[in-house]
Amino acid sequence: MSATALLPTRKDEAYRYADLTALALLWPVAVELIFVPAGETRAETIVSLGAAATVRELAVVVEAGAAFDLRVLSAGSSYGRITVRAELGAGASFTLGAAQLAGGAQTLELVTEVHHTGPDAVSRQTVRSVAGGTATANYLGKVAVARGADGTDGEQSVRGMLLNRAATINAKPELEIYADDVKCAHGCAVGELDANGLFYMASRGLPPELAKRLMLQAFVAEAFTGAAEEEMLLEAALKALGEML
Amino acid sequence: MTLLQIEDLHATVADKPILKGLSLSIGAGEIHAIMGPNGAGKSTLSYVLGGRPGYEVTGGSVTLGGQDLLAMAPHERAAAGLFLGFQYPVEIPGVSFVQFLRESLNAQRIARGQTPLSGGEFLKLAREQAALLRLDMDMLKRPVNVGFSGGEKKRAEMVQMGILDPMFAVLDETDSGLDIDALRVVGDGINAVMRHPDKGVLLITHYQRLLDYVKPDFVHVLADGRIVRTGGPELALELEEHGYEAVAA
Repeated sequence: MSATALLPTRKDEAYRYADLTALALLWPVAVELIFVPAGETRAETIVSLGAAATVRELAVVVEAGAAFDLRVLSAGSSYGRITVRAELGAGASFTLGAAQLAGGAQTLELVTEVHHTGPDAVSRQTVRSVAGGTATANYLGKVAVARGADGTDGEQSVRGMLLNRAATINAKPELEIYADDVKCAHGCAVGELDANGLFYMASRGLPPELAKRLMLQAFVAEAFTGAAEEEMLLEAALKALGEML
Repeated sequence: MTLLQIEDLHATVADKPILKGLSLSIGAGEIHAIMGPNGAGKSTLSYVLGGRPGYEVTGGSVTLGGQDLLAMAPHERAAAGLFLGFQYPVEIPGVSFVQFLRESLNAQRIARGQTPLSGGEFLKLAREQAALLRLDMDMLKRPVNVGFSGGEKKRAEMVQMGILDPMFAVLDETDSGLDIDALRVVGDGINAVMRHPDKGVLLITHYQRLLDYVKPDFVHVLADGRIVRTGGPELALELEEHGYEAVAA
């Protein structure tokens, strides 16, 4: 057995909260390559709504001056894991908008590694996770800025919404910077639906499920802003939220 | 006919008694004002009527149009005809007023066995009510209360009241944070929407000012969790002149 085929353990940061039993059945995972040639623009949408366990691994190369827009809606899987490793050339642009909607006993996770290898590349990651039941939603995201990748502009906006106290959200943005002139921002927050807002909405006649759905819809929509398939993604997310509540 | 009947209402917040035997009867076509010093229990009364979590009723009863209000969930109270105007309207990022109010109104209508309004019907209604309160219709396309000034929030509350067309409104310090012009607009709005032989209003306020525009039929003084005096509009003037302490004593 080759070293790459060895099943990871929890000692590996990227697999700390993974469902290893589910993972074992799908291991090893074939890496899907996405190559965006210099100056070109690509977009990809991943919608995962089925109940079966899915593990995907994307290796993305965005060459100099190219742009890649990736949107992810991960909702149905008992265990769903998406790993994205992106390499950005000079002046490249990478956008990731991901929503993870985990209910029941689901474990959904998103692991990203964005390497700014050349100067002046821009990466924008927006991750919105919702967890209900006893579900777990994970995000581990590293932005690595190589020596000489000056003018890097990296941004991670990571937010989680817990629907009850038995659900778990893990969120960890990471930065690894070897250049001087960079702008790397990350925001990370996990919370609950605003009780004041819910009462306000109820006082106008909205039943609690509907009020929650409106709030969550707005929360999740932030991951899909500007997507080519924004409407389809929102509709699918809304349906998945309806099933969770 | 009595619309709102409160009898010997006791309520606690975090186990602390706030309302201590409050009784009040408001008939159809009547506007009542409750005035009182800070900490008397005015806002607690409005939240108890609205069913806010954390406000626990420990005794007494409240009926609205003959129905047991306290047995209902907050959204059911709205469908039964109650509107609660907030002292501090809540911001809800990402949810537009139009979507929020249409869903709210239609949830109420469905609960009452009426047919929901179509998008077009709703927008027509919203436009009419916004015009009445001189609120730019474009503001209703924005997220609920987000970025609104204090006065705009209060005007938006009144637009919501107009759209939802309740049988009974409890307005908690709707006048706070309003400048004189906005106060007049809001007062006119309350009169236009709620001055009706089948409707009733409970105005909760600190000041006499709003009562210049919305003439109450009765004024009550709330102190230490119960009504200590009841009178006509002249009582508000007396309070303004002599203060709560002198009048409530």
